[in-house]
Amino acid sequence: MPVALVVAGCGSKQDALAPHSRASKSISSLWWNMLIGSALALAVVAIILAAAWIRRNRVGVPGVRDGDRAAMAVVVGLGVVVPILVIAALFFFANIFVIRDTTMPSAAAAPSQRPKLTIRVIGHQFWWEVRYPGTRAVTANEIHIPARTPVQVLVHSDDVIHSFWVPQLNRKLDMLPEQVGGLLLYADEPGRYRGQCAEFCGLQHAHMGLLVFADPPATFRRWLAAEAKPASGGGAGLFVSKCGSCHAIRGTAASSDVGPDLTHVGSRTSLAAVTIPNSPARMREWIRDPQGVKPGNQMPAVRLTRTQLDRLVAYLEARR
Amino acid sequence: MWAERPGLLGWLTTTDHKRIGLLYFWTTLAFFGAGGVEALLLRAQLARANNDVLGPDTYDQLFSMHGLTMIFWFIIPMTTGAFGNYLIPLMIGARDMAFPKLNALSFWLFLGSGLLVYTGLFLGSGPNAGWFDYVPLASRLYDPGRNIEFYALGLLFNGISSTITAANFIVTILRLRAPGMSFNRIPLFCFAFLAASFGLLFALPSLSVDLIFLFLDRNLGMHFFDPSHGGSTLLWQHLFWFFGHPEVYILIVPAFGIATEIIPAFTQRKMIAFPLVAIAELLVVFIGFGVWAHHMFADGIPAVTLVFFAGATAMVVIPSTIQVFAWSSTLFTGRPRFNTPLLFIIGFILFFVIGGLTGVMFVAIPFTQQVTDTYFVVAHFHYIIFGAAVFPIFAGMYYWFPKVTGRMYFERPGQISFWIIFLGTNLLFFPMHIVGLLGMPRRVYTYPGEMGWTAYNLAESVGGAITLVGILLLFGNLVVSYRRGPLAPPDPWHGPTLEWSIPSPPPEYNFAVIPHVSSAYPNWDLADREADRRRLAEGVGMLDHGHEQVVSTLADGEPVEIVRMPHSSPWPILLALAVSGAFAVLVTEKYGVAAVFGVLALFALVGWHWQEEES
Repeated sequence: MPVALVVAGCGSKQDALAPHSRASKSISSLWWNMLIGSALALAVVAIILAAAWIRRNRVGVPGVRDGDRAAMAVVVGLGVVVPILVIAALFFFANIFVIRDTTMPSAAAAPSQRPKLTIRVIGHQFWWEVRYPGTRAVTANEIHIPARTPVQVLVHSDDVIHSFWVPQLNRKLDMLPEQVGGLLLYADEPGRYRGQCAEFCGLQHAHMGLLVFADPPATFRRWLAAEAKPASGGGAGLFVSKCGSCHAIRGTAASSDVGPDLTHVGSRTSLAAVTIPNSPARMREWIRDPQGVKPGNQMPAVRLTRTQLDRLVAYLEARR
Repeated sequence: MWAERPGLLGWLTTTDHKRIGLLYFWTTLAFFGAGGVEALLLRAQLARANNDVLGPDTYDQLFSMHGLTMIFWFIIPMTTGAFGNYLIPLMIGARDMAFPKLNALSFWLFLGSGLLVYTGLFLGSGPNAGWFDYVPLASRLYDPGRNIEFYALGLLFNGISSTITAANFIVTILRLRAPGMSFNRIPLFCFAFLAASFGLLFALPSLSVDLIFLFLDRNLGMHFFDPSHGGSTLLWQHLFWFFGHPEVYILIVPAFGIATEIIPAFTQRKMIAFPLVAIAELLVVFIGFGVWAHHMFADGIPAVTLVFFAGATAMVVIPSTIQVFAWSSTLFTGRPRFNTPLLFIIGFILFFVIGGLTGVMFVAIPFTQQVTDTYFVVAHFHYIIFGAAVFPIFAGMYYWFPKVTGRMYFERPGQISFWIIFLGTNLLFFPMHIVGLLGMPRRVYTYPGEMGWTAYNLAESVGGAITLVGILLLFGNLVVSYRRGPLAPPDPWHGPTLEWSIPSPPPEYNFAVIPHVSSAYPNWDLADREADRRRLAEGVGMLDHGHEQVVSTLADGEPVEIVRMPHSSPWPILLALAVSGAFAVLVTEKYGVAAVFGVLALFALVGWHWQEEES
């Protein structure tokens, strides 16, 4: 079962035209309507130009001609009146109606539409810190939400500007160091939805992916309860001494928040912000040579013997 | 009447607008080559998933330099510096720009700024945070090298050059027009350059302030953009885009001007809705100052602000639709000859309509928030910038080739070059719309194979290669035509404006006798031109006592004064050398040495004005 997840884990699309929420569906249907309108507008211009080409050899046209009033009427009609009507319609439709589906319901909205859960996502070069306020759960790069439930995601950045974007679920929102933004996340059905940082944030902007798992509500509650628990069992000594200056595993002496919290890293499907699947072999490669796997990321290579590396990978993969 | 000084020294000290235009032309063409090579390298890297032609550091410098080069060192100096300099005095019947020495200065400063940023790139410290260079990524904490100093100082430096050019165009177009060329008879080409020049003059200060703040933050420990000390990262974005969006119109409005010259020439018909088009050219830049925050729709700024800027974005569409239908209905009601220049203009109209339609979509706030910072936006602005700015530049190269070189280009290879470039660029840019909607963010140096983006990216890279072939054919054709093309008559197209009334190539003094103008298409007023020839034969109104020029009133074009223009001068290039030295030294934070160069610049300024007394 975990193997199957690993294989599928990186296979998710982030296709804005394959929406899985009301917000994304509204945006993509807006797109298809705008595409039809645009095709018509392009056709009008193309027909005029084609007609000019067809008529190029007609006889009886005097040498130099002045502008004429009929043509002027065409310019005013097609160039002023029609665009004002069309664009005004687009403006009101998109910015009054569609926008409602993509923004957080106001306090006056029906209770069923108001968010049932708040998640904090904090951007880092080049990974996502994920917190569930009200619980001790802290994870990274893989967000679990209950399906068919409005979720509020509060985003900000710990360093440079990033952008939180899961196109199948909603539009994007920049993560700034100086303000916290709120985004509605809702998934119509259980599934895995890929997202990616959308604001250029440095060398590894390309490998700053994230996954949203929409679970059936009961599964989500079990996951959250497990995630909130500290790590069990011993054997943390090597991790604490080699990795503890940057990483945390709750329940051990390692409690730094420079890098991702690894308390339940073994249960994640991917590593290094959805750059590689989470398997013992890939994790080993990642720890041995992080700059080879993701050049320019913040994780240094730590000097380890072969047996230390084996023990560390085994220890981490057992953190479920 | 007078001749230019021959040899290298003649070119270094020239103040002749045509020679400066040619200097701009060759220099910007070199930068176009550099920006093009950068683009091809980026496309080589993106042709396959998980490719490793370029590493992330090199990729980031190259995409930043590609954008900066094409905007600041190719399109703006090519349109204003090369086309504007060469053609505007000819079109308004003047003998030079209003400030010939400033004109030379702006070229040498422009060259210095370009060499400065490229020095950074060749040292491995090129700008690496994109052309809009968001903080805090560009702050010293996250970008500790000298990369951003090359960016900030290079652009600040370039801005000085553009400001001088803009002021020069404004005064030239407003005051040096031939007698009779009242405001309503200014050719649409010149209206477009007037609009672009005003745009530059009002937009650049915002960028300069932003760059100075950035430099102070990075080098003198200030906190304009540092939120942990009460600064704001959004301040950078507001100041940048207050410049950056008008900048887009500054890029394309001169291209509109080129189109409004070529369409009448090849349809033998005056532009339909002339006054509306003139107003639209000015209006598009004016409204362009009110739309900047649509670049920031995903920032999380308040909804009321978003709606205001979406409204302005809707308004700016109208001047553009007016022009599209004016161009196309002029073509429809005229009798178009589909020579190479007109083919490029047809391509331009189609590209501008497609890029404009995707631009209209940004009126829809939620859609913008979905696609901003993806390849959809990259597709949109390449349709505008390559399709709507570079296509007219190519059209203009063919159209004015006989005037500038005195030879005709070869028509058939010209048309083939159009078709190759047209197909190549569509293959290059169209799939970017799709791949953006499929979720590909911009500025990624690589992407995983299973996202469904690979085939589109490969097609784009192939399109890039095809475009390269077309562009090589275009320039190959022009080079061969320059050597072996048939000799060109003064007016091969029966063109509408005054540059076609004089020999090809134009003599140093442009007009032996100052022409009198009675419409916006003076070369079609055959009686007026006949009168000019008569006055030349009789020796009336010659102004043959050296560099003389008529100054006319702003609105009516009544001649009020005759001024003497300076001849060649060594001071512009010397001043530019001193300023270049100062900026180059500032990159290394040696403020004392920079001050020495500043003093040298002051000496050059003194010398500049000393010369003025003598002549």
